[in-house]
Amino acid sequence: MSEQGQAHATTGTYLRIAAILVMITLIEVGVFYVPAFQAVLVPVLLVLSAVKFTLVVMFYMHLKFDNKFFAFLFGGPLLLGLAVVVSLLFIFYGTVRLRTGS
Amino acid sequence: MKSWLTTTDHKRIGLLYFWTAFAFFLIGGLEALIIRAQLVRPEGIGVSAETFNQLFTMHGTTMVFLALMPLSAAFFNFIIPLQIGARDVAFPRLNAFSYWVFLLGGLFLNASFVAGPLFGAGQLSVAPDAGWFGYANLTSRQFSPGPNVDFWLLGLQILGIASLAAGFNFVVTILNMRAPGMRMLRLPPFTWMTLITQFLVITAFPVITVALVLLMFDRFFGTHFFLPSGGGDPILWQHLFWMFGHPEVYILILPAMGIVSEVLPTFSRKPLFGYTVVVYSGVVIAFLGWSVWAHHMFASGLGPIADSVFAGTTMLIAIPTGVKIFNWIGTLWGGQIRFTTALLFAVGFIAMFIIGGLSGVTHASAPTDLQQTDTYYVVAHIHYVLFGGTILGLFAGMYYWWPKMTGRLLSERLGKVHFWLTLIGMNLAFFPMHLSGLLGMPRRIYTYSPDLGVAGFNLVSTIGAFLVGIATLVFFWNLLRTRWQPVNAPANPWNGATLEWAIPSPPPVYNFTVIPTVANRLPLWQTERHGPMAPLPERPPAPIHVPGGSWWPMITAVGLPIMAVGALSHFLPVVLAGAVVAIVGIYGWAFEPFEM
Amino acid sequence: MAHDTHAATHHHTSMGLDSRKMAFWAFIGSECLLFGSLISTYLVYKGRSLVGPYPHEILNIPFTSFSTFDLLMSSLAMVLALAAVQRGDMKQGKLWLLVTALLGLVFLGGQFWEFSHFVHEGLGLTTNLFGSTFYVLTGTHGAHVTIGVIWLLTLWVQALRGKLGPANAMTVEITGLYWHFVDVVWIVIFTVVYLIQ
Repeated sequence: MSEQGQAHATTGTYLRIAAILVMITLIEVGVFYVPAFQAVLVPVLLVLSAVKFTLVVMFYMHLKFDNKFFAFLFGGPLLLGLAVVVSLLFIFYGTVRLRTGS
Repeated sequence: MKSWLTTTDHKRIGLLYFWTAFAFFLIGGLEALIIRAQLVRPEGIGVSAETFNQLFTMHGTTMVFLALMPLSAAFFNFIIPLQIGARDVAFPRLNAFSYWVFLLGGLFLNASFVAGPLFGAGQLSVAPDAGWFGYANLTSRQFSPGPNVDFWLLGLQILGIASLAAGFNFVVTILNMRAPGMRMLRLPPFTWMTLITQFLVITAFPVITVALVLLMFDRFFGTHFFLPSGGGDPILWQHLFWMFGHPEVYILILPAMGIVSEVLPTFSRKPLFGYTVVVYSGVVIAFLGWSVWAHHMFASGLGPIADSVFAGTTMLIAIPTGVKIFNWIGTLWGGQIRFTTALLFAVGFIAMFIIGGLSGVTHASAPTDLQQTDTYYVVAHIHYVLFGGTILGLFAGMYYWWPKMTGRLLSERLGKVHFWLTLIGMNLAFFPMHLSGLLGMPRRIYTYSPDLGVAGFNLVSTIGAFLVGIATLVFFWNLLRTRWQPVNAPANPWNGATLEWAIPSPPPVYNFTVIPTVANRLPLWQTERHGPMAPLPERPPAPIHVPGGSWWPMITAVGLPIMAVGALSHFLPVVLAGAVVAIVGIYGWAFEPFEM
Repeated sequence: MAHDTHAATHHHTSMGLDSRKMAFWAFIGSECLLFGSLISTYLVYKGRSLVGPYPHEILNIPFTSFSTFDLLMSSLAMVLALAAVQRGDMKQGKLWLLVTALLGLVFLGGQFWEFSHFVHEGLGLTTNLFGSTFYVLTGTHGAHVTIGVIWLLTLWVQALRGKLGPANAMTVEITGLYWHFVDVVWIVIFTVVYLIQ
């Protein structure tokens, strides 16, 4: 029952990831406060938080090194959850814009 | 008796599910008969409008959550470990927990029938009365001030926990506990359909949980999630409910389809036609099942784009379903058919499900659905697919697997009576509903005017319903009388191909003396490509360790209805007491030495 | 718990994977749908509150950034705890488990403070849709953190009693999966609720 995986992250890796996570959070807050970035706020924040999400899942939750099946068990419902959010947003907001033509 | 309370044996749990679910099936059936008695003629005066609302709500809720799903669970529990060559499920105590939570949730929900006096209601019964899909804002405290809807939303949350726990258990069991050589594409079709169903359960139930929690907050704490007065939108309820509700109907039908895919090959003496395609169709149905939910909402003003998208996806889903039907026909074609009761029910399933599927396809078109929705046409559709489909499929499973589960064969003579009465009864009951629906008879009305011109149809429906009731009693008698028979069913009375038939009827507690190594899809059959598996030894070569029972699953389960009762009576200390019981149960469970 | 692992490792499994780990990833998958539905409700009702207070008036980004940082550090502590237990260094294992739990408590303390502050400023559960969706979403997350803290402290006590070690490191790994998932949900909430107003 050994599925520690091929490679294994070291303590150093964990610390580096933690540093990256903190930096990204600081950038996110920065983007939030700097008026010049308002126009691209949403996509930038979504991308940055997606990166944080991915780092924690891949490294801290070890998904990168584990059996691909766990990624399927998690990834499938994750995509479904995302689809639920997106489709509800479309239904409640998307068609309104299209109907009013604005 | 104690051993039944603490059992963690999947076979016993399966039997517990069966009897409990069958009892709820009879209760749900009784509710249906009262409804039909009320509607037998125009302006019937049997029951009040409020009572009628409770009857159709409880009929739907009971049949979906307390009868159909748990009857399927009875087979998941008993049969799946046998079909995959395992000694039990992955988490036996979690399995027991699911059963106890189901039982307690069902009792909680039905307690509402006699709880009226406790709430100062004017009548005995405060059963849920807002329909089995509880639309907002009828379910708001304003329009449903009594405890009825509270019973519903709390009861369903409890039942949801049972289903989720079982979902995780069976996903892991089917993937991780298979015998050597039992590759995924060698799994029996019933096991495949169960696996797909459990994935649907674990993704869909969280959504209804959220919906019910939001409703609970509206009713108990004064939020406005579904209330326009506070900016909320009742449509959100519909979206959340049907996002669960549509996958739920596939949760209801796929196991029965799996049963049919087992029964047909056995009694045609032919392998399932297009096994791989049948499996993949099941997977596609599950995926697409997530994309169609708003076809339940065509009359709620979604707009032309949403209407078109959902109409399109709904029509698409007819394809994999149709594929399965052709594969079943292909299985029968050219086979050496033995017309046992199980086979009759399986064939009945195909015929009835085609009819239900056709009315479903007519629903897929948004414009035609606008006439059909909320009329008896929909009631016809749902009963053709759920009774004609799921229930006939489950009956097929009962006749097929009863000898394996109990060591006794059901009477084929009584079985045939049961089958024909059921088939005739259900068609008399539900076919006219297509017509009365199109003539404009709305659903959920407790009486109707003679001017509507549907009195004749309703009379026929009621006769049909009572025929089904009689048929069910015939079946019940068939079940009961086996108790006085000797336990002498052979291991493989039907000459089935799959592993459950390789062991005695009923199986010994450890299932297999030796875990078999599987080489193909039909281990017990001689085919052109391979011979049958060697018989398993009569005795195990060494003593087999069987885990003992445990009190903790039941103790943990008990905490949940206690919390629900506390919530219902708006009494926090009881809620906390229930939570403490559950937590104590969890700790006891976690620290109990339990060797698989 | 020691017995469970011992037995599990001796069992053949058809995918060669630990059943509990598999079950847990399936559970985490289903939690994506739970939080997805709550987040959807929040987003669908954004901007639809009939009365204030509104998000931009009340959300405190510096404070919440600190909470976010706290939770990220707790994930680091968790991962260090697991690594320590896996290599048999129970002294470090105990330390990092406790640190994780304490950081979790700090987060909860922060949530508590934030909620009381908001209520004081006029944002209650029933005040408006923002209040309702905010408290239910972050409250559900907070309940998950609470369960996680209790779970971690239970493990820590087990470790103190000498009942935790490399043989049952899987228990710690699964605890970690839960904890990191709760952190990851917060990452989403921080972005969607606080930063994208």
